[in-house]
Formats: sequence, structure tokens, C-alpha cells
Amino acid sequence: MNRNGLRFGFYAVLVVVAIALPWMAPDFRTQLSFLWVMVVFALTWDLLGGQMGYNSFGNIVFFGIGMYACAVVQRDSGLSYYPGLFVGMGVGAAVAVAAAGILGSGMLGLRGHYFAIGTLGLGIAAGEIAGGWDYIGAGSGLVPPLFPGAIGGRETFFYFICLALAAMTFPTLRWLYAGRFGLVINAIRDDEDKAEAMGIATTRYKTAAWCISALFLGLIGAAAGNLIGFIDPRDVAFAGATYGVWMVLMAILGGKGTLWGPVIGAVIFHVTQELFWTYLLGWQRVALGILIVFIVVFFPLGILGWARERWPERFGHRVEETVAQPKAGQ
Amino acid sequence: MTNILEVRGARKTFGGVIANNDISLSVPEGKIVGLIGPNGSGKTTLFNSIVGYHPIDAGSILFQGEEMSRLRVPHIARRGLLRTFQQTRVYGKMTCVQNMLASVPQSKSGWRHMFARASAADSRRADELLKFVGLFAKRNLRAGDLSFGQQKLLEFAMALMYKPTMLLLDEPTAGINPTLINGLMNRVQRVNREFGITLLVIEHNMRVIMNLAEYIYCLAHGELLAEGKPEAIQSDQRVIDAYLGAH
Repeated sequence: MNRNGLRFGFYAVLVVVAIALPWMAPDFRTQLSFLWVMVVFALTWDLLGGQMGYNSFGNIVFFGIGMYACAVVQRDSGLSYYPGLFVGMGVGAAVAVAAAGILGSGMLGLRGHYFAIGTLGLGIAAGEIAGGWDYIGAGSGLVPPLFPGAIGGRETFFYFICLALAAMTFPTLRWLYAGRFGLVINAIRDDEDKAEAMGIATTRYKTAAWCISALFLGLIGAAAGNLIGFIDPRDVAFAGATYGVWMVLMAILGGKGTLWGPVIGAVIFHVTQELFWTYLLGWQRVALGILIVFIVVFFPLGILGWARERWPERFGHRVEETVAQPKAGQ
Repeated sequence: MTNILEVRGARKTFGGVIANNDISLSVPEGKIVGLIGPNGSGKTTLFNSIVGYHPIDAGSILFQGEEMSRLRVPHIARRGLLRTFQQTRVYGKMTCVQNMLASVPQSKSGWRHMFARASAADSRRADELLKFVGLFAKRNLRAGDLSFGQQKLLEFAMALMYKPTMLLLDEPTAGINPTLINGLMNRVQRVNREFGITLLVIEHNMRVIMNLAEYIYCLAHGELLAEGKPEAIQSDQRVIDAYLGAH
């Protein structure tokens, strides 16, 4: 079996399907765009929560910051639509990364439950601040500029923006996990005291991890603000109770600390959720709640995590007794 | 002979408990020095003070002539002074090889270094050291799935991966199968001789420490009770009393 060939084929099919989707299901372009937003949510959450062992409930802050910063640039810069959008996305990402750097140096000194609770507070505080700040529309929110293209063009355009961002996030994280950075953040997850005793500058790695997470969240936030078309401080930008919790759930469902887990989790979660909205209208929140309980109770390790415990040797964890023996006569 | 590590009058209290009182010891470069004493005598506290887990209340700790008592753990480790833990600590969800690769020296810690790939030389070295401790066949198992004794060997190999100047071993043979102890002792001696690593070893197994160390310090109730060559320590009445509970 040619593994590389298979892998290449798999990625090729994935790319073709992803590009063809808006034409295959034109009525679902917004939902499909959100699928990629969810994939970025789950992947960026897993960078901290899964790979580094820092369960953050505050990642939504960077999403909201990116969204607002982009919209403000689009509103105030005087640039025409496309330059304004792309400059706005860049600014959104930069502000989100800066926020992660500043917050990280303080928050990442907290460990375990304390970090989780602290970041939860961060998300709530951000929503309250945005809801009271007139410059960014306060409680009445902010509306990004109208898309200049044809009717229906907006959905397709932002579908590809979101797809491109998801397609950037995945290989970037894959590359990071394969090198020293990945080893060190996994070491921090498994035993941070040991990592310090081995001379590792843990704070620097932790802050860098949060900044990388914030980079992609800021970008996707900027895109999502334009995709949704209306920025509400608590229900869209700093929506801790929905997006903020979902990003955790999707990563856990797929298997936290694995590369593909968050992607699988995001797809399953998003599709299930959309089905609930369509077929169980009125009960969709109840069904979603039951799904969440179901995930946590039956898949505490997630789908890939469960598979790895079940078949460790398929993931390469096996004893290799056939140590190369010197040839006879040598 | 220069002393690579010098502890002078170290004192450490936790509330009303005096864990270390006026401890002075020195470790000459390239030697193996032992640290013994009954349970609760303050050996691990002294280790923790040396590697920067907590600041000492009084006294000074010099490593290669530099004051260590105000530095924090990673900074001391980056100077080449490393310790292993009594309750073995490895990265449980990572494979043995990953554990080794995560333990490369951190002295150059620029941004480039942070995002670098593991070099071929590091991988080779990891394999060699895993062979050295006899874990090569299990290199792709997760460290948490190894037995306690194997985890101890892995932790030892990780410390060597770091290329330390000096290593503090906290009870290297505790919990190890008696038949493996000789092999481990042999490895500790080879590390000292072949890699030139200075060792300070806490050990309860008297046979091991008497064979290993060239000089021994004995603590009891947080104070330095005796010091000397192994033969002298073995016949020291105060040491025997401390171990039998007469002190």
C-alpha cells in the first residue's frame, strides 16, 4: 500500500469537494461557510486545550476582537470594499495576536481549573465592554459595509474566504505539531513542572501558542462578521455561551490532542446541529443540550482518542522487537 | 580539584518546620557524591533548593562559581544543572522517542529554535541513549504505558539527552527490581566516567550508594550529621543510630 499516494489522493478529493460545494449545494452556502468557521474554532481551541492541556473558555475573545477590528477598519478607513476588507482582516488578526500576547503573559501563569475559570471571565468581560462602548456601536452592534457584488455573490465569496482560512490553519498547525514546538507544548500538557525542570521556557511557548491560536481566530472572526452581516457584542462577537462552548465540544467530540479530531468533531457537530434546527425546530436547544451531555459522557476521549486507546498499535504505539541485528560474519 | 557545586549554610523552613538547617556540602567536578539520611531528613528539600524550586532562607548555593539561590528552575537547568525526580516524571502521553526529543538542551532558545524540526543528530542521539538504557524496542510506546522501573530509566535517559554538566539523582534505584539495580548502577558509573557528568545522588539502598559514591554526606532532622568516605560513614555510630531511630 502506497501511503503517500493514498494521502495525496485523499487531500485531492477533499480540495475538489470543498471547492465544488457552493455549486453542489448553493442553498447551503452560509451554513457551509460556517462549517469552515467551526473547523477553525475547533482546531485553534485544540492547540491550547488539547495539545497544551490549557482548557481555555476565552478563545472567543480573539474571534470577537478580530471581528470588531475588521469592521472598524472597513467603516473608518475610507478604503473601497475589497482593500478595506483585506486590510481589516490583517488589522483584526494583528490586534487579536497582540491581545493574546498581553493577556497570555498574565493568564498563562494560572494552571488547570484556574486558567479555565479565568478565561471564562475574560470572555464575559469582553462582551460587556463591547456592549457598552459607543465607538463600536455599543449594545446596538455594528454593521459591516454592504458587499458590492451581485446578489448571492457575497455567500460564495465568503465561503471561499472561510475555506481558505481553514485550509491555512490545518497545515500550519500540522507543521507546528511535527516540530519542536509540538513536542514542547505536549510536554507542558503532560507535566509542566518536569518541562521547567528540563530548562524549557514554558511561558514563552504557552504565550506563542495562544498568539497562534488568536491569529487564526482573529482572521476568521473578521470574515465571520462580514458573513453574518451584523455584529452583536454578546450574541455574535463574544458569544461565549454558543461559539465559545462549541469550540470546546467539537474538539472533545473529535478527540482532543489529535490532528484530525477537531476537524472530524467540527463536521459532525455542525451537521448535527443544522439537522436539529431543521427537523426539531422548537426543541433544537434541548436536542443540542442532550447531544452535549452524550458527547461528554460517552466520548470523554473523543472519537479519535477512543480509537487510539482501542487500537494503540494502529497509531504506531507498539513494541518493536526486531531491532536490526548485525549480519552473520560481521 | 575544583568544586562544581558548593552549598554554604543553606537553611530552609516551612512555617515552623526546619527542613534544612545550616547545611554545607561541596561536590568536586567529575565525582559521584552521595546524600543519605532517614526519611524526612531533608534530602529532597535540599535538592529542591539547589535546582530552584524554592528560595532558601539563608546561605548560598554556588554552581560553577555562580550564585543559584535566586534563579528559577528553568534558568538553573539551562546552565547545565539538572535533576531527576523521586516520583518519576516523564511525559506520559508522548512516546519514548518524543520524550527524548523534547529533552534536548534549551540553552539556545531563540524564536528560530522554537519552531525548528528535530535534527537528524538529535534523533540519532535519542536512539543511542534509548539503547543505552535498554528501552530501544519500546521507543514507540507511550511513556505512561511503561512500568515504573522503565519510566525511571527513561527519565535518566532524558536527563542525559540534555547533556548536563551535573546531574542530581533522587533515589535512582527506588522501586526498581533488584536484578536490574546492578545494571542501573553500572550505567550511572559509565555516565560519570564516559560522559564526564558530575553526580549528586540521594539513595536509600546502602549497598548501592557505598559502591557508587566516593564521598557521602548524611542528613538527619534537617541537619548535616556526618560526612566522609563510604567506609567511614558505614562505621560512624551517629549514622547507624540515625538509621535505627536512636537519634
